[in-house]
Amino acid sequence: MAKVPVQFTLNGSEKAEFVESGTTLLHALRDKIGDTSPKGGCHQGTCGACSVIIDGELRLSCLTLAETCGGADIRTTAGLAEGGVLHPLQRAFLDGFATQCGFCTPGMIMAAKVLLDHTPNPSREDVVEALSGSICRCTGYEPIIQAVLAAARANSQNAA
Amino acid sequence: MSLALQTFSSVKDANAALQAAGTRYLGGGTLVVRAANEGDVSVSSLVRVTDPGLSQIAVSGGKIRLGTSVTMAAIARHPELTALAPAARAVGGPAIRNMATVGGNLFAPAPYGDFAVALLALDTTVVTEAGEVPIETFLADRDTSRAIVTAVDVASPKAESFRFLKVSRVKPKGVSVLSIAALLELAPDGTVTSARIALGCMADRPIRALAAEKALLGCKLTPQEIAPALAAAGEGIAPITDPIASAWYRAEVLPVHLGRLLLD
Repeated sequence: MAKVPVQFTLNGSEKAEFVESGTTLLHALRDKIGDTSPKGGCHQGTCGACSVIIDGELRLSCLTLAETCGGADIRTTAGLAEGGVLHPLQRAFLDGFATQCGFCTPGMIMAAKVLLDHTPNPSREDVVEALSGSICRCTGYEPIIQAVLAAARANSQNAA
Repeated sequence: MSLALQTFSSVKDANAALQAAGTRYLGGGTLVVRAANEGDVSVSSLVRVTDPGLSQIAVSGGKIRLGTSVTMAAIARHPELTALAPAARAVGGPAIRNMATVGGNLFAPAPYGDFAVALLALDTTVVTEAGEVPIETFLADRDTSRAIVTAVDVASPKAESFRFLKVSRVKPKGVSVLSIAALLELAPDGTVTSARIALGCMADRPIRALAAEKALLGCKLTPQEIAPALAAAGEGIAPITDPIASAWYRAEVLPVHLGRLLLD
Protein backbone atom coordinates (compact mmCIF):
# COMPACT_ATOMS: atom_id res chain seq x y z
CA MET A 1 0.00 0.00 0.00
CA ALA A 2 1.37 3.36 -1.01
CA LYS A 3 2.10 5.78 1.77
CA VAL A 4 0.71 9.27 1.59
CA PRO A 5 2.03 12.40 3.28
CA VAL A 6 -0.20 14.19 5.77
CA GLN A 7 0.53 17.51 7.38
CA PHE A 8 -1.50 19.24 10.07
CA THR A 9 -1.18 21.27 13.23
CA LEU A 10 -1.51 19.26 16.44
CA ASN A 11 -2.00 21.33 19.58
CA GLY A 12 -0.19 24.24 17.93
CA SER A 13 2.78 22.24 16.57
CA GLU A 14 3.31 21.42 12.91
CA LYS A 15 3.26 17.68 12.27
CA ALA A 16 4.12 15.82 9.08
CA GLU A 17 3.91 12.08 8.71
CA PHE A 18 3.68 9.38 6.07
CA VAL A 19 0.71 7.11 6.62
CA GLU A 20 -0.79 4.23 4.70
CA SER A 21 -3.79 5.31 2.65
CA GLY A 22 -6.95 4.70 4.64
CA THR A 23 -5.28 5.16 8.04
CA THR A 24 -7.61 6.66 10.61
CA LEU A 25 -6.63 9.87 12.36
CA LEU A 26 -6.81 7.97 15.65
CA HIS A 27 -4.20 5.50 14.46
CA ALA A 28 -2.00 8.26 13.06
CA LEU A 29 -2.14 10.26 16.29
CA ARG A 30 -1.53 7.36 18.64
CA ASP A 31 0.81 5.07 16.73
CA LYS A 32 2.63 7.43 14.39
CA ILE A 33 2.82 10.73 16.21
CA GLY A 34 2.69 9.41 19.77
CA ASP A 35 -0.23 11.41 21.15
CA THR A 36 -2.06 8.67 23.06
CA SER A 37 -4.64 10.97 24.66
CA PRO A 38 -7.43 10.03 22.20
CA LYS A 39 -8.49 6.48 23.06
CA GLY A 40 -9.66 3.72 20.74
CA GLY A 41 -12.82 2.36 22.33
CA CYS A 42 -15.42 1.01 19.93
CA HIS A 43 -13.98 2.18 16.58
CA GLN A 44 -17.65 2.44 15.57
CA GLY A 45 -18.50 6.03 16.41
CA THR A 46 -20.50 4.99 19.44
CA CYS A 47 -18.34 5.60 22.53
CA GLY A 48 -16.74 9.02 21.97
CA ALA A 49 -13.39 8.05 23.56
CA CYS A 50 -11.51 9.10 20.42
CA SER A 51 -13.10 12.58 20.23
CA VAL A 52 -10.76 15.35 19.11
CA ILE A 53 -11.34 18.93 17.96
CA ILE A 54 -10.70 19.52 14.26
CA ASP A 55 -10.90 23.14 13.06
CA GLY A 56 -13.00 24.00 16.10
CA GLU A 57 -15.50 21.14 15.71
CA LEU A 58 -15.76 17.96 17.75
CA ARG A 59 -14.99 14.93 15.55
CA LEU A 60 -14.43 11.23 16.06
CA SER A 61 -10.85 10.43 15.13
CA CYS A 62 -11.64 6.71 14.71
CA LEU A 63 -13.97 7.51 11.78
CA THR A 64 -11.82 10.28 10.27
CA LEU A 65 -9.17 9.34 7.74
CA ALA A 66 -5.83 11.05 8.39
CA GLU A 67 -5.52 12.00 4.70
CA THR A 68 -8.62 14.16 4.95
CA CYS A 69 -7.00 16.31 7.67
CA GLY A 70 -4.37 18.05 5.53
CA GLY A 71 -3.82 21.58 6.84
CA ALA A 72 -6.28 21.07 9.70
CA ASP A 73 -5.94 22.46 13.22
CA ILE A 74 -6.27 19.44 15.52
CA ARG A 75 -6.61 19.70 19.28
CA THR A 76 -6.39 16.85 21.77
CA THR A 77 -6.47 16.64 25.55
CA ALA A 78 -2.69 16.23 25.57
CA GLY A 79 -2.36 19.85 24.48
CA LEU A 80 -4.59 21.45 27.10
CA ALA A 81 -2.19 21.93 30.02
CA GLU A 82 0.07 24.97 29.73
CA GLY A 83 3.48 24.98 31.37
CA GLY A 84 2.53 22.19 33.75
CA VAL A 85 -0.68 23.95 34.81
CA LEU A 86 -3.78 21.91 34.13
CA HIS A 87 -6.62 23.33 32.04
CA PRO A 88 -9.65 24.32 34.19
CA LEU A 89 -11.57 21.32 32.80
CA GLN A 90 -8.78 18.93 33.76
CA ARG A 91 -8.58 20.55 37.22
CA ALA A 92 -12.34 20.26 37.68
CA PHE A 93 -12.37 16.60 36.60
CA LEU A 94 -9.63 15.83 39.15
CA ASP A 95 -11.16 17.83 41.97
CA GLY A 96 -14.66 16.47 41.34
CA PHE A 97 -13.64 12.78 41.02
CA ALA A 98 -15.08 12.84 37.51
CA THR A 99 -12.46 10.32 36.41
CA GLN A 100 -12.38 6.72 37.52
CA CYS A 101 -10.76 4.39 35.01
CA GLY A 102 -10.06 7.45 32.85
CA PHE A 103 -10.64 5.86 29.47
CA CYS A 104 -13.52 8.15 28.49
CA THR A 105 -11.96 11.24 30.10
CA PRO A 106 -10.04 12.70 27.12
CA GLY A 107 -13.13 12.42 24.91
CA MET A 108 -15.35 13.90 27.60
CA ILE A 109 -12.94 16.79 28.10
CA MET A 110 -12.75 17.54 24.37
CA ALA A 111 -16.56 17.50 24.11
CA ALA A 112 -16.77 19.78 27.15
CA LYS A 113 -14.11 22.11 25.75
CA VAL A 114 -16.06 22.67 22.53
CA LEU A 115 -19.14 23.39 24.61
CA LEU A 116 -17.40 25.94 26.85
CA ASP A 117 -15.68 27.58 23.85
CA HIS A 118 -19.11 28.40 22.40
CA THR A 119 -21.25 28.53 25.56
CA PRO A 120 -19.20 29.83 28.50
CA ASN A 121 -22.12 29.55 30.95
CA PRO A 122 -23.93 26.36 29.95
CA SER A 123 -27.03 24.98 31.59
CA ARG A 124 -27.06 21.44 32.92
CA GLU A 125 -29.07 20.43 29.81
CA ASP A 126 -26.41 21.99 27.57
CA VAL A 127 -23.76 19.88 29.33
CA VAL A 128 -25.77 16.67 29.07
CA GLU A 129 -26.36 17.30 25.35
CA ALA A 130 -22.69 18.13 24.73
CA LEU A 131 -21.52 14.94 26.45
CA SER A 132 -24.21 12.75 24.90
CA GLY A 133 -21.84 11.22 22.36
CA SER A 134 -19.46 9.97 25.05
CA ILE A 135 -20.03 6.84 27.10
CA CYS A 136 -18.71 6.42 30.66
CA ARG A 137 -19.12 3.04 32.33
CA CYS A 138 -17.70 4.11 35.73
CA THR A 139 -19.04 7.34 37.09
CA GLY A 140 -22.74 7.35 36.32
CA TYR A 141 -22.08 10.72 34.56
CA GLU A 142 -23.14 12.96 37.45
CA PRO A 143 -19.57 13.83 38.62
CA ILE A 144 -18.64 14.57 34.99
CA ILE A 145 -21.60 16.90 34.49
CA GLN A 146 -20.78 18.65 37.77
CA ALA A 147 -17.11 18.97 36.80
CA VAL A 148 -17.98 20.68 33.50
CA LEU A 149 -20.31 23.09 35.30
CA ALA A 150 -17.58 23.75 37.91
CA ALA A 151 -15.04 24.47 35.15
CA ALA A 152 -17.48 26.91 33.55
CA ARG A 153 -17.88 28.69 36.90
CA ALA A 154 -14.10 28.78 37.40
CA ASN A 155 -13.64 30.25 33.90
CA SER A 156 -16.21 32.99 34.47
CA GLN A 157 -14.67 33.87 37.85
CA ASN A 158 -11.24 34.14 36.25
CA ALA A 159 -12.67 36.32 33.51
CA ALA A 160 -14.43 38.63 36.00
CA MET B 1 -7.53 -3.37 7.16
CA SER B 2 -6.32 -1.81 4.01
CA LEU B 3 -8.16 1.04 2.38
CA ALA B 4 -7.13 3.25 -0.48
CA LEU B 5 -8.61 6.73 -0.58
CA GLN B 6 -8.93 8.61 -3.87
CA THR B 7 -9.72 12.31 -3.72
CA PHE B 8 -11.36 14.17 -6.60
CA SER B 9 -12.29 17.80 -7.08
CA SER B 10 -15.38 17.03 -9.18
CA VAL B 11 -18.25 14.56 -8.92
CA LYS B 12 -17.86 13.62 -12.59
CA ASP B 13 -14.35 12.24 -12.09
CA ALA B 14 -15.32 10.53 -8.87
CA ASN B 15 -18.29 8.83 -10.52
CA ALA B 16 -15.93 7.07 -12.92
CA ALA B 17 -13.68 5.85 -10.09
CA LEU B 18 -16.70 4.65 -8.12
CA GLN B 19 -17.57 2.08 -10.79
CA ALA B 20 -14.69 -0.18 -9.68
CA ALA B 21 -15.63 -3.17 -7.52
CA GLY B 22 -15.16 -2.71 -3.76
CA THR B 23 -15.30 1.07 -4.03
CA ARG B 24 -17.54 3.14 -1.76
CA TYR B 25 -18.15 6.87 -1.55
CA LEU B 26 -16.74 8.56 1.56
CA GLY B 27 -18.94 11.30 2.98
CA GLY B 28 -18.54 11.96 6.69
CA GLY B 29 -17.11 8.49 7.32
CA THR B 30 -19.71 7.48 9.88
CA LEU B 31 -20.92 4.60 7.72
CA VAL B 32 -18.07 3.47 5.47
CA VAL B 33 -15.12 3.98 7.83
CA ARG B 34 -17.19 2.35 10.53
CA ALA B 35 -17.81 -0.61 8.20
CA ALA B 36 -14.09 -0.85 7.42
CA ASN B 37 -13.20 -0.66 11.13
CA GLU B 38 -15.65 -3.46 11.77
CA GLY B 39 -13.84 -5.66 9.28
CA ASP B 40 -16.09 -5.29 6.24
CA VAL B 41 -13.68 -6.61 3.60
CA SER B 42 -16.06 -5.67 0.78
CA VAL B 43 -14.77 -2.10 1.17
CA SER B 44 -11.30 -1.84 -0.33
CA SER B 45 -11.30 1.60 -1.85
CA LEU B 46 -12.91 4.91 -0.99
CA VAL B 47 -13.68 7.88 -3.17
CA ARG B 48 -14.33 11.41 -1.97
CA VAL B 49 -15.07 14.74 -3.60
CA THR B 50 -13.79 18.03 -2.22
CA ASP B 51 -16.03 20.34 -4.32
CA PRO B 52 -17.19 22.97 -1.76
CA GLY B 53 -20.48 23.31 -3.68
CA LEU B 54 -21.54 19.95 -2.23
CA SER B 55 -21.59 21.50 1.26
CA GLN B 56 -23.89 24.38 0.36
CA ILE B 57 -27.33 25.09 1.75
CA ALA B 58 -29.56 27.24 -0.46
CA VAL B 59 -32.95 28.49 0.70
CA SER B 60 -35.11 30.58 -1.64
CA GLY B 61 -38.79 30.94 -2.39
CA GLY B 62 -39.89 28.09 -0.16
CA LYS B 63 -37.37 25.72 -1.71
CA ILE B 64 -34.44 24.21 0.13
CA ARG B 65 -31.45 22.64 -1.59
CA LEU B 66 -29.13 20.71 0.69
CA GLY B 67 -25.80 19.68 -0.80
CA THR B 68 -24.90 16.03 -0.27
CA SER B 69 -21.99 16.92 2.05
CA VAL B 70 -24.07 19.22 4.29
CA THR B 71 -23.76 17.91 7.84
CA MET B 72 -26.50 17.33 10.38
CA ALA B 73 -24.87 20.02 12.57
CA ALA B 74 -25.05 22.55 9.72
CA ILE B 75 -28.79 21.89 9.29
CA ALA B 76 -29.45 21.98 13.04
CA ARG B 77 -27.90 25.44 13.42
CA HIS B 78 -29.16 27.03 10.17
CA PRO B 79 -31.63 29.85 10.97
CA GLU B 80 -33.88 29.09 7.97
CA LEU B 81 -34.07 25.33 8.55
CA THR B 82 -35.83 25.30 11.91
CA ALA B 83 -38.47 22.85 10.65
CA LEU B 84 -35.76 20.32 9.72
CA ALA B 85 -33.62 20.94 12.80
CA PRO B 86 -35.34 18.41 15.11
CA ALA B 87 -34.71 15.61 12.59
CA ALA B 88 -31.06 16.67 12.14
CA ARG B 89 -30.54 16.85 15.90
CA ALA B 90 -32.00 13.34 16.24
CA VAL B 91 -28.92 11.92 14.53
CA GLY B 92 -26.06 10.77 16.79
CA GLY B 93 -24.20 12.88 19.31
CA PRO B 94 -22.47 16.21 18.66
CA ALA B 95 -19.37 14.68 17.03
CA ILE B 96 -21.43 12.45 14.73
CA ARG B 97 -23.59 15.43 13.72
CA ASN B 98 -20.42 17.33 12.75
CA MET B 99 -19.52 14.48 10.40
CA ALA B 100 -22.70 12.74 9.21
CA THR B 101 -23.97 14.08 5.89
CA VAL B 102 -27.31 14.38 4.09
CA GLY B 103 -26.06 12.06 1.34
CA GLY B 104 -24.87 9.44 3.81
CA ASN B 105 -28.15 9.46 5.68
CA LEU B 106 -29.96 8.47 2.46
CA PHE B 107 -27.93 5.26 2.44
CA ALA B 108 -27.96 4.53 6.18
CA PRO B 109 -29.50 1.14 6.95
CA ALA B 110 -32.07 0.92 9.76
CA PRO B 111 -31.89 1.64 12.68
CA TYR B 112 -29.92 4.61 11.29
CA GLY B 113 -31.13 7.16 8.77
CA ASP B 114 -33.55 9.19 10.91
CA PHE B 115 -33.02 12.29 8.76
CA ALA B 116 -33.91 10.34 5.61
CA VAL B 117 -37.24 9.51 7.26
CA ALA B 118 -37.93 13.25 7.46
CA LEU B 119 -36.84 13.68 3.82
CA LEU B 120 -39.23 10.91 2.74
CA ALA B 121 -42.20 12.54 4.49
CA LEU B 122 -41.26 15.84 2.81
CA ASP B 123 -41.41 14.30 -0.69
CA THR B 124 -37.80 15.19 -1.36
CA THR B 125 -36.21 15.03 -4.80
CA VAL B 126 -32.79 13.39 -4.84
CA VAL B 127 -30.35 14.97 -7.29
CA THR B 128 -27.61 12.77 -8.76
CA GLU B 129 -25.22 13.12 -11.65
CA ALA B 130 -27.56 10.82 -13.58
CA GLY B 131 -30.64 12.99 -13.00
CA GLU B 132 -33.33 13.79 -10.45
CA VAL B 133 -35.46 11.09 -8.86
CA PRO B 134 -38.24 11.09 -6.23
CA ILE B 135 -36.89 9.91 -2.88
CA GLU B 136 -39.09 6.79 -2.87
CA THR B 137 -37.59 5.61 -6.16
CA PHE B 138 -34.15 6.50 -4.89
CA LEU B 139 -34.57 4.53 -1.65
CA ALA B 140 -35.92 1.50 -3.51
CA ASP B 141 -32.91 1.45 -5.87
CA ARG B 142 -30.20 2.58 -3.49
CA ASP B 143 -28.45 -0.79 -3.19
CA THR B 144 -27.69 -0.92 -6.90
CA SER B 145 -27.46 2.77 -7.75
CA ARG B 146 -23.91 3.88 -8.53
CA ALA B 147 -24.53 7.55 -9.32
CA ILE B 148 -23.25 9.98 -6.69
CA VAL B 149 -25.93 12.00 -4.95
CA THR B 150 -25.08 15.69 -5.24
CA ALA B 151 -28.02 17.32 -3.42
CA VAL B 152 -31.58 16.97 -2.22
CA ASP B 153 -34.41 19.40 -3.01
CA VAL B 154 -37.02 19.89 -0.32
CA ALA B 155 -40.11 22.11 -0.31
CA SER B 156 -39.74 24.10 2.91
CA PRO B 157 -42.50 22.87 5.24
CA LYS B 158 -44.53 25.22 7.39
CA ALA B 159 -43.41 24.57 10.97
CA GLU B 160 -46.94 23.65 12.08
CA SER B 161 -47.51 21.15 9.27
CA PHE B 162 -44.36 19.05 9.82
CA ARG B 163 -43.89 16.76 12.79
CA PHE B 164 -40.98 14.50 13.65
CA LEU B 165 -40.50 11.98 16.43
CA LYS B 166 -37.60 9.69 17.26
CA VAL B 167 -38.04 7.11 19.98
CA SER B 168 -34.92 5.81 21.68
CA ARG B 169 -34.26 4.12 25.00
CA VAL B 170 -31.29 6.30 25.98
CA LYS B 171 -31.67 10.08 26.17
CA PRO B 172 -30.67 12.49 24.81
CA LYS B 173 -28.72 10.31 22.39
CA GLY B 174 -29.74 6.80 21.52
CA VAL B 175 -30.28 4.52 18.56
CA SER B 176 -33.83 4.51 17.16
CA VAL B 177 -36.49 2.13 18.33
CA LEU B 178 -38.40 3.88 15.56
CA SER B 179 -38.78 7.30 14.01
CA ILE B 180 -41.81 8.93 12.41
CA ALA B 181 -42.13 12.02 10.25
CA ALA B 182 -45.48 13.43 9.18
CA LEU B 183 -46.40 16.21 6.80
CA LEU B 184 -50.03 17.14 7.43
CA GLU B 185 -52.22 19.77 5.79
CA LEU B 186 -55.26 20.74 7.82
CA ALA B 187 -58.38 22.63 6.73
CA PRO B 188 -59.38 25.62 8.88
CA ASP B 189 -61.80 23.36 10.80
CA GLY B 190 -58.92 20.98 11.66
CA THR B 191 -59.78 18.27 9.12
CA VAL B 192 -56.79 16.52 7.56
CA THR B 193 -56.74 17.33 3.84
CA SER B 194 -53.43 15.69 3.01
CA ALA B 195 -51.07 13.41 4.91
CA ARG B 196 -47.67 12.00 4.14
CA ILE B 197 -46.17 9.81 6.86
CA ALA B 198 -42.75 8.16 6.81
CA LEU B 199 -41.48 5.51 9.20
CA GLY B 200 -37.96 4.56 10.26
CA CYS B 201 -36.97 1.05 11.51
CA MET B 202 -40.16 -0.38 10.01
CA ALA B 203 -38.13 -1.92 7.16
CA ASP B 204 -34.44 -1.95 6.26
CA ARG B 205 -34.93 1.62 4.98
CA PRO B 206 -37.49 4.42 5.45
CA ILE B 207 -40.99 3.55 4.19
CA ARG B 208 -44.33 5.34 3.82
CA ALA B 209 -47.31 4.46 6.02
CA LEU B 210 -49.66 4.54 3.03
CA ALA B 211 -52.67 2.91 4.70
CA ALA B 212 -52.46 5.24 7.71
CA GLU B 213 -52.13 8.26 5.41
CA LYS B 214 -55.32 7.26 3.56
CA ALA B 215 -57.21 6.58 6.78
CA LEU B 216 -56.31 10.01 8.14
CA LEU B 217 -57.91 11.95 5.28
CA GLY B 218 -61.06 13.74 6.39
CA CYS B 219 -60.32 13.08 10.07
CA LYS B 220 -59.82 15.61 12.81
CA LEU B 221 -56.82 14.98 15.05
CA THR B 222 -58.77 13.55 17.99
CA PRO B 223 -58.21 10.17 19.67
CA GLN B 224 -61.47 8.81 18.26
CA GLU B 225 -61.02 9.97 14.68
CA ILE B 226 -57.38 8.90 14.29
CA ALA B 227 -58.04 5.39 15.68
CA PRO B 228 -58.54 3.80 12.22
CA ALA B 229 -55.27 5.39 11.01
CA LEU B 230 -53.40 3.99 14.01
CA ALA B 231 -54.91 0.55 13.40
CA ALA B 232 -53.71 0.77 9.79
CA ALA B 233 -50.20 1.97 10.67
CA GLY B 234 -48.80 -1.56 10.72
CA GLU B 235 -49.91 -2.43 7.17
CA GLY B 236 -46.96 -3.27 4.99
CA ILE B 237 -44.31 -2.92 7.68
CA ALA B 238 -41.46 -5.37 8.21
CA PRO B 239 -39.65 -3.95 11.24
CA ILE B 240 -36.03 -4.79 11.92
CA THR B 241 -34.85 -6.83 14.90
CA ASP B 242 -31.64 -5.63 16.51
CA PRO B 243 -30.19 -5.24 20.04
CA ILE B 244 -32.39 -2.16 20.56
CA ALA B 245 -35.75 -3.86 19.97
CA SER B 246 -37.38 -6.84 18.30
CA ALA B 247 -39.57 -6.58 15.22
CA TRP B 248 -42.54 -7.58 17.40
CA TYR B 249 -41.88 -4.79 19.89
CA ARG B 250 -41.43 -2.19 17.19
CA ALA B 251 -44.70 -3.20 15.53
CA GLU B 252 -46.53 -3.12 18.87
CA VAL B 253 -45.39 0.39 19.86
CA LEU B 254 -45.70 2.00 16.41
CA PRO B 255 -49.42 2.92 16.76
CA VAL B 256 -48.79 4.29 20.25
CA HIS B 257 -46.06 6.66 19.09
CA LEU B 258 -47.88 7.60 15.90
CA GLY B 259 -50.87 8.52 18.06
CA ARG B 260 -48.69 10.69 20.29
CA LEU B 261 -47.19 12.45 17.29
CA LEU B 262 -50.61 13.13 15.73
CA LEU B 263 -52.21 14.32 18.97
CA ASP B 264 -49.25 16.41 20.08
